[in-house]
Amino acid sequence: MNKIKKLSVGVTLMTIGQQAAHADYALNLMQGVTKVSHDIYDLHMLILWICVFIGVGVFGTMFYSIYHHRKSKGHEAAQFHENTTVEIIWTIIPTLILIGMAIPATKTMLELADVQQSDMTIQVTGKQWYWDYKYLNNDIHFESHLDEASEIAHRTKGADPRSVKNYLLEVDKPLVIPVKTKIRFVLTSGDVIHSWWVPDLGWKKDANPGFINEAWTSVDKAGTYRGQCTELCGRDHGFMPIVVIAMEQPDYDAWVKKTSEQQKQKPDLSNQSHDQLVAHGKSVYLKNCVGCHQIEGTGVTGLIPAITASPKVTGGIDPLIGFLQAGTSKMPAFSKLKDNELAEVITYIRNDLGNKVGDEIQPDKITPVYDDDNDEDDKNKVAP
Amino acid sequence: MSAVVAEHDDHHADEHHDHGPAKGLLRWIITTNHKDIGTLYLLFALAMFFVGGAMAMVIRAELFEPGLQFVDPAFFNSMTTMHALVMVFGAVMPAFVGLANWQIPMMIGAPDMALPRMNNMSFWLLVAGVLLLASTLLMETGAPNAGWTFYPPLVLQPITVGKALPFAVFAVHLLGISSIMGAINIIATIFNMRAPSMKMMDMPLFVWTWLITAFLLIAVMPVFAGAVTMLLTDKFFHTSFFNAAGGGDPVLYQHIFWFFGHPEVYIMILPTFGVASTIIPVFARKPLFGYSSMVWATGSIAFFSFIVWAHHMFTVGMPMAGELYFMYATMIIAVPTGVKVFNWTATMWKGAMTFETPMLFSIAFVVLFTMGGLTGLMMALAPLDFQYHDTYFIVAHFHYTLVPASIFILMAAGYFWLPKWTGNMYNEKIGQLHFWLSAISVNILFFPQHFLGLAGMPRRIPDYAIQFADWNMVSSIGGFIFGLSQLLFLYIVIDTIRGGTGEKVTAEVWEGSSNHSLEWTLPSPVPYHTWTTPPAVVPTEHVLDSH
Amino acid sequence: MSEEDVSKKNTKLARILLLVAVGMFGFGYALVPIYDVLCEWKWIERDRPDDIKKAPEVAYKVDMSREITIEFMTTLNESTPMEFRSEKKQLKVHPGEYHTVNYYAENKTDKVMIARAIASFSPAVISSFFEKIQCFCFDEQTFKPREAKTMPMRFVINPELPEQYKTITLSYTFFDNTEKSVKK
Repeated sequence: MNKIKKLSVGVTLMTIGQQAAHADYALNLMQGVTKVSHDIYDLHMLILWICVFIGVGVFGTMFYSIYHHRKSKGHEAAQFHENTTVEIIWTIIPTLILIGMAIPATKTMLELADVQQSDMTIQVTGKQWYWDYKYLNNDIHFESHLDEASEIAHRTKGADPRSVKNYLLEVDKPLVIPVKTKIRFVLTSGDVIHSWWVPDLGWKKDANPGFINEAWTSVDKAGTYRGQCTELCGRDHGFMPIVVIAMEQPDYDAWVKKTSEQQKQKPDLSNQSHDQLVAHGKSVYLKNCVGCHQIEGTGVTGLIPAITASPKVTGGIDPLIGFLQAGTSKMPAFSKLKDNELAEVITYIRNDLGNKVGDEIQPDKITPVYDDDNDEDDKNKVAP
Repeated sequence: MSAVVAEHDDHHADEHHDHGPAKGLLRWIITTNHKDIGTLYLLFALAMFFVGGAMAMVIRAELFEPGLQFVDPAFFNSMTTMHALVMVFGAVMPAFVGLANWQIPMMIGAPDMALPRMNNMSFWLLVAGVLLLASTLLMETGAPNAGWTFYPPLVLQPITVGKALPFAVFAVHLLGISSIMGAINIIATIFNMRAPSMKMMDMPLFVWTWLITAFLLIAVMPVFAGAVTMLLTDKFFHTSFFNAAGGGDPVLYQHIFWFFGHPEVYIMILPTFGVASTIIPVFARKPLFGYSSMVWATGSIAFFSFIVWAHHMFTVGMPMAGELYFMYATMIIAVPTGVKVFNWTATMWKGAMTFETPMLFSIAFVVLFTMGGLTGLMMALAPLDFQYHDTYFIVAHFHYTLVPASIFILMAAGYFWLPKWTGNMYNEKIGQLHFWLSAISVNILFFPQHFLGLAGMPRRIPDYAIQFADWNMVSSIGGFIFGLSQLLFLYIVIDTIRGGTGEKVTAEVWEGSSNHSLEWTLPSPVPYHTWTTPPAVVPTEHVLDSH
Repeated sequence: MSEEDVSKKNTKLARILLLVAVGMFGFGYALVPIYDVLCEWKWIERDRPDDIKKAPEVAYKVDMSREITIEFMTTLNESTPMEFRSEKKQLKVHPGEYHTVNYYAENKTDKVMIARAIASFSPAVISSFFEKIQCFCFDEQTFKPREAKTMPMRFVINPELPEQYKTITLSYTFFDNTEKSVKK
């Protein structure tokens, strides 16, 4: 009875599994697009089959026994309780199997660790809750945030995630790498521990604050590969995906050229209309502020102050600029924001999220005003 | 020191120990009787099982569909954190301490635990610890939400964990003190209180596994207490154990935590092995196969648990020598664990088996624990762990080794010993129904999580990409069925205590059980005081050649 | 054996076990220095901020046969309102050669800031071959309001560096320690 029920459950699950496999679902580890990921996949399959084999052997024996050696069938209990030969055999055989597993595992491990002789290096910095990429060879540097469609969908009650393309697996600026090139990654973090994982590359590696880790990859096939942060890093841990686009060398070179040029351009500090400022400000807010202050500016009770009706936000503009740029012990400094981004986000938070100050600030009016004596949080930062 | 004072008082109390239990509610508060305290532990654990289970239902409800429907991400993280803490420290560990309290004195022919006053104190400290932990749920800033592993710097971050950290740390201290006192008590009982005729190698395997577990507890609970104390001083007193800016290293915390954490998982599984090794021979009507190899296997698993901790940290950036060492050391554990599984199979082999509920749960334990063990072997291989780590594959693995293993065996133990304790038989039909519902739904719950993990779903996320939707839904449905099925167990426990089927059980309860261990030679229900004079003869189930 | 004897034995055993538990609490703390010691072993090597000591300037024989690429990586920890970068992102050097690389750091606030730069190497074994003669990471750095500093870091790579290392990364992360330093 036991066996039949188990079997029928198994068959049902397998049927569901097979149907699912016909959709674009994975039931098994992906093979990936690097030599290392293939080696890991092969090792995975080898160990999986060994485990299945052991399982079938052990459970087969057990179920045979359950079926035949039962009291209801009138089976008399034997009274043996040890057998040294058998016990030695079933200690030695598993040991041999384990040694057999350890050899290929060690080889793959050494391969994974061989970061030397690389062609280029990318610095990956995990931050709450986005990734920051710096190409150490060519000065390209950008942040990679969850894309706006997913950001809005997962924060809006009643939104349909299925209508969003690549829900939670899309970013605004993907990491671009050339194919068939040995790329070395150095990983670190700007706050808490994160972990950078793209399954198709075959590994994940933790990003620890203050320390660096290294890893490498060499992608065989051009394409887009997606992954996620895999170390719990706070409330939005589930919302910092990774997208890697592997390009053929000429495409990559073109991308580098274009991106470097864009990066060299000075930010556009020309005046914008009030509505433009607010609209652009929303994008800046969604990238930089929403993780803590939430989509409606409510903050989090007891932990993170609300933006709605906050005197700090609706008060003077100059102290607000200083506040955003210098941060406090609780709020990170946003000195990275360009003047136009600051103008946009300030206009946005003063005129949306339940606030209605009615004014605006233009990018060219942003003057650094760092001092803010009214700020309580800041008091303990003042040196003697 | 208080333990020593208490001990002297006990001696005084012991002189009048033929009186019955105190009357009313006070009986349960001041009791020093090992059976009363065992009952308290078991009922408390059962209550916490439902509290922790309710949290799991919140998690599965949120993950039923993509998108955030019910809770916000920070609360979701609180749920995963609290679910783990409540289940580990509130349900599984206390349940095994409860079984130890009931069974160890009866199995070794002792009148009570060695230090009865301390026994009472360790129970109430447990309650205090869990209440302190649960109180954080009512805080404005919420319960701890940095995972049960409390990794810094996340757990120290003001915007993540609000005011809950010191409460959680002191709760861990209380739980630690409670566990250590319980462990000391168990070791003293086993060493000093055995019936004179019982040698160490005559002890039932449940007693052996608990003895070894108790040593693990004494060795690692203080280390955990130390680690969380360092967190506390880092946060409030400007030490820099784990802060790179002050010369510390956040990875150091992970080493200290897992030095505790790995033995901790064996603390939850070794007594499980003990109970399984007690139940299976009874229903196979055969002596346990390979008694001494079981003892050695348990001992070596416990030993290895101290030297494999960093396999939880393969991706943290360890030097190659470390990665390889921890990989090899971890793989070795498969050998003694395999020996145990083979021994259980051999115990069933050529037996005369019957399949009452305790046996069904035990067989399911052997099968499903082995599955959890095999996936454990897969992730012991460091390069594979670079893919599996922190995904649902891991979640599936450790739930297989905890739910259909530890929890199933606790259920089995309930069905097995409740008739002995109460003198009433449970309803076998409902018991079997409970088993089949649990065994099937637990697989619907956890098996698809292997697929999710391999397909790339990280753990501890409140929302997920669309391609993970279907298996999450299946898993959630399994979870709801599993959760509801456990209400049957609650019903059975209450029903059995209140009279059960009305059938009065014999002293043996299960045919031939008195050949296996001492408690079955006592009358059913067991009297309030047992073995006031130690038994003259003890069953030595591994030496049955003379029979 | 009388009941009293058992009771004495129990008390004695409980005391011993309690001492073991207290000892293990101490062992938890002892793991901190043990970890430091282990990290300094050649085959384990994990750089720790405390290890960074000033090295004396020794005249090494320059190994012209090989060239090593050093990458300089800079990170700011969360709420550090600074600008921080190295003058060069990459430098090719011969082992035994002395070089100076300038780092630029600017306090972007109107307040005094005390910050600490934490070094980390990749691969970690490098830290015992990378000898710093002058570095801003030896001490906490105090920045006056809006002060910008150019901070030189003078170093040499010990020619004993094993052959297999061709690209190495030196990372500095600035942590804002103002609050902590003021409270001390």
